[in-house]
Amino acid sequence: MVDVTPGSVGPIPPAEVAEMELYHPHSWWTKYVFSQDAKVIAIQYSCTALAIGLVALVLSWLMRLQLGFPGTFDFITPEAYYQFITMHGMIMVIYLLTALFLGGFGNYLIPLMVGARDMVFPYVNMLSYWIYLLAVLLLVAGFFAPGGPTGAGWTLYPPQAIMAGTPGGEDWGIIVMLSSLILFIIGFTMGGLNYVVTVLQGRTRGMTLMRMPLTVWGIFTATVMALLAFPALFVACVMMLLDRVLGTSFFMPAIVEMGEQLQHSGGSPILFQHLFWFFGHPEVYIVALPAFGIVSDLISTHARKNIFGYRMMVWAIVGIGALSFVVWAHHMYVSGMHPYFGFFFATTTLIIAIPTAIKVYNWVLTLWRGDIHLTIPMLFALGFIVTFVNGGLTGLFLGNVVVDVPLSDTMFVVAHFHMVMGVAPIMVIFGAIYHWYPKVTGRMLNHAMGMFHFWVTFVGAYLIFFPMHYLGLMGVPRRYNELSDMGLIGESAHHLNAFISIMAFIVGFAQLVFLFNLIWSIRHGKEAGGNPWRATTLEWQTAHTPPTHGNFGKELPIVYRWAYDYSVPGAKEDFIPQNEPGSFGPSREPA
Amino acid sequence: MAVVLVLVLVVVGSVVFHLVSPWWWTPIASNWNYIDNTIIITFWITGVVFAAVVLFMAYCVYRFRHKEGQKAHYEPENKRLEWWLTVITGFGVAAMLVPGLFVWHRFVTVPTDATEVEVLGQQWQWSFRLPGKDGKLGLAETSLVTSDNPLGLKTDDPNGQDDVIVQAADLHLPIGKPVKMLLRSIDVLHDFYVPEFRAKMDMIPGSVTYFWFTPTRTGTFEVLCAELCGQGHPFMRGVVMVDTEEDYTAWLGQQQTFAQLTPPQQTSSVEPASH
Ligand code: HEM
Ligand SMILES: [Cu+2]
Repeated sequence: MVDVTPGSVGPIPPAEVAEMELYHPHSWWTKYVFSQDAKVIAIQYSCTALAIGLVALVLSWLMRLQLGFPGTFDFITPEAYYQFITMHGMIMVIYLLTALFLGGFGNYLIPLMVGARDMVFPYVNMLSYWIYLLAVLLLVAGFFAPGGPTGAGWTLYPPQAIMAGTPGGEDWGIIVMLSSLILFIIGFTMGGLNYVVTVLQGRTRGMTLMRMPLTVWGIFTATVMALLAFPALFVACVMMLLDRVLGTSFFMPAIVEMGEQLQHSGGSPILFQHLFWFFGHPEVYIVALPAFGIVSDLISTHARKNIFGYRMMVWAIVGIGALSFVVWAHHMYVSGMHPYFGFFFATTTLIIAIPTAIKVYNWVLTLWRGDIHLTIPMLFALGFIVTFVNGGLTGLFLGNVVVDVPLSDTMFVVAHFHMVMGVAPIMVIFGAIYHWYPKVTGRMLNHAMGMFHFWVTFVGAYLIFFPMHYLGLMGVPRRYNELSDMGLIGESAHHLNAFISIMAFIVGFAQLVFLFNLIWSIRHGKEAGGNPWRATTLEWQTAHTPPTHGNFGKELPIVYRWAYDYSVPGAKEDFIPQNEPGSFGPSREPA
Repeated sequence: MAVVLVLVLVVVGSVVFHLVSPWWWTPIASNWNYIDNTIIITFWITGVVFAAVVLFMAYCVYRFRHKEGQKAHYEPENKRLEWWLTVITGFGVAAMLVPGLFVWHRFVTVPTDATEVEVLGQQWQWSFRLPGKDGKLGLAETSLVTSDNPLGLKTDDPNGQDDVIVQAADLHLPIGKPVKMLLRSIDVLHDFYVPEFRAKMDMIPGSVTYFWFTPTRTGTFEVLCAELCGQGHPFMRGVVMVDTEEDYTAWLGQQQTFAQLTPPQQTSSVEPASH
């Protein structure tokens, strides 16, 4: 047991090393474009991620047009449909969610929340963004390449990914996609090292690990995981690129394609799947853990109550992070791997449900006897819990190997992962943007537009993805651009598909309102002041809002307490900032 | 208040949808009703948890939403409660996992009396092969595939001569007899999936994968490809007919064997494909 008492006011160690000198920008270019300030880099990352995310959103409309009203839109050919799916999935998972949580929120929040002036390696941090931008531009270039982008599905399974029957397989599409991923990983590694080292090395005096806000714990653990998981994808991409360009046979066995013997032999398609999912499963948590951390802080702040069971929450984050490296093959139950793997991976997968459930309990128990302010961040946090619990529970179907057999590769899977890693983390992203926008810009986002955005997104997304599970239960496979005369479904399933599509357009429209709000409020939003939510963490205690380069004025803050001193009995206010000395400890020791 | 109402509606609506909507699994046609039972157990447990968590949340919002002068309770942690919840969750998880693993054990243990049937997937059609009188399938390999020998059988393997070849046509199976489906592909990944049988498995070029089941009712069932295999994927359909014993024998009598299909050739089997 660690003898940290949440809420206790501990002794402060003396400063041991001198402060690091910051790079001073000399021109407009180095201040706003090639900036080394983590906050500027964060905004660059976020804007780029949101822009490319908008492309993925438009692609989802096109797919839904096809699925809801098959045969109506001639330009959505089967090739085009597969290209849309692939780009949509890849962009959403990697170029939007990963980049936004780690590059965006990570850059902005880590230094501010741990009381550092900047990331530890600002120059490398800057490079990280520019390489990411290059990766995104290359990805977009795929749309203009001869033959268009790849249509191999976001999982890029060989052999089909590099064969003629798949769009982009024998053209440029797959080459562009693999190259872009390789660049992304290089860029991410540069940023990722920064986030990890800054958390380990850059904390201000008094900021012990067990006093860090859960946001930082979530992003930190996710980054460590990403640094360990991305190399597997990197290797897989390089080998597949060689198979495609030089004709090697890492993943390619002997193949007869349309009556023609190919030159490959001896490669293993299933090896690619292991590499892909060794990355791909942790990736789910790379997106989820930052969301877990952030939502904990949103709930605590807006319910004016300490997060319930902080230590358990930290251990759950770390435990989930570690366990998530030994569950990858639950994506491969019907891949043809050795059937006995099923016993192992089903067991590990279901065990991971336990720390995950603890997190959920602790969020809802934080609401218990709280002082719940139904602000927009709080609403999104509630929306997150509903969608996350729903998606997490359907994960228990798919994780339980034999139950997965009928359901895998059906729309049930699509519904499950959209709920758990699409909608749920995005709810947190929205909540977080409403929460921190005032710090970034000095102004509040418009409330009325925010309410509209929340209600349409939450209710709409639930209506899209909840019924979709039942299509999968019937047996409708995923990645079918039309069901045409499929015997097992009736007319009613087509109506359901049309309904889902219409909801998708409505939800999509609400996102445009949100984007408008982001831009409109920069000038017209209500003045926020330094700490509009009356929060305890360090980013709200800066001398300036938005914080200037170097984050904190002359003196770095010194931390005296954990991040969750809300509604401490006897205190004047219902929150005590982390950098406030004084003797208000907890009213009682944890039982 | 709107929030409380919507949260309650989410629970009530989901349950009602589950119970009354017309969308549910297809009537089963194999012995894998064990799988359906495991799904039902999982629906019950997860359904109860979902309702409990969301309703608890709704209650909290209703009861503890901000009012003038209200102050939150200060309680950093409660070890006992946390341990209790962990233990209960552990039991819930075990209640799903244990039956699941038992059924999985059954799923991967092929009965010794199962008949072998080979399914061969290629972009974008299905072919099948049944053992002849000797009850054995001959060896086959992707590298031997030619237009005369579309399944790539080894021509000098005596076991293969009487194999029944069903190329790009419907497969028939007799009711009540366990079958082991041997799955093979000559180009990309495919997946042999018949929703009514509840079972599916990927097919990998270069390997032979399998699953087994016993057909339990006669009828015509649609085969769907369930692993993305290029742009023809959604149109890669096939048909399996489960017949009574007599119908099956009649059908089998009309099929051709490998020897009947292959023009006699004295020389080598690597003759180039003629188009
Ligand atoms: C309202 C928002 C969204 C809609 C309407 C939507 C719609 C779709 C549709 C129709 C498919 C294709 C399903 C199929 O035929 O197999 C799909 C696939 C996918 N989506 Fe979304 N999506 C949305 C948001 C997201 C988000 C936020 C994520 C982030 C995780 C995401 C990740 C994916 C992935 C990974 C795939 C799989 C692609 C593949 O099969 O290769 N989507 N989505
Ligand atoms: Cu296929």
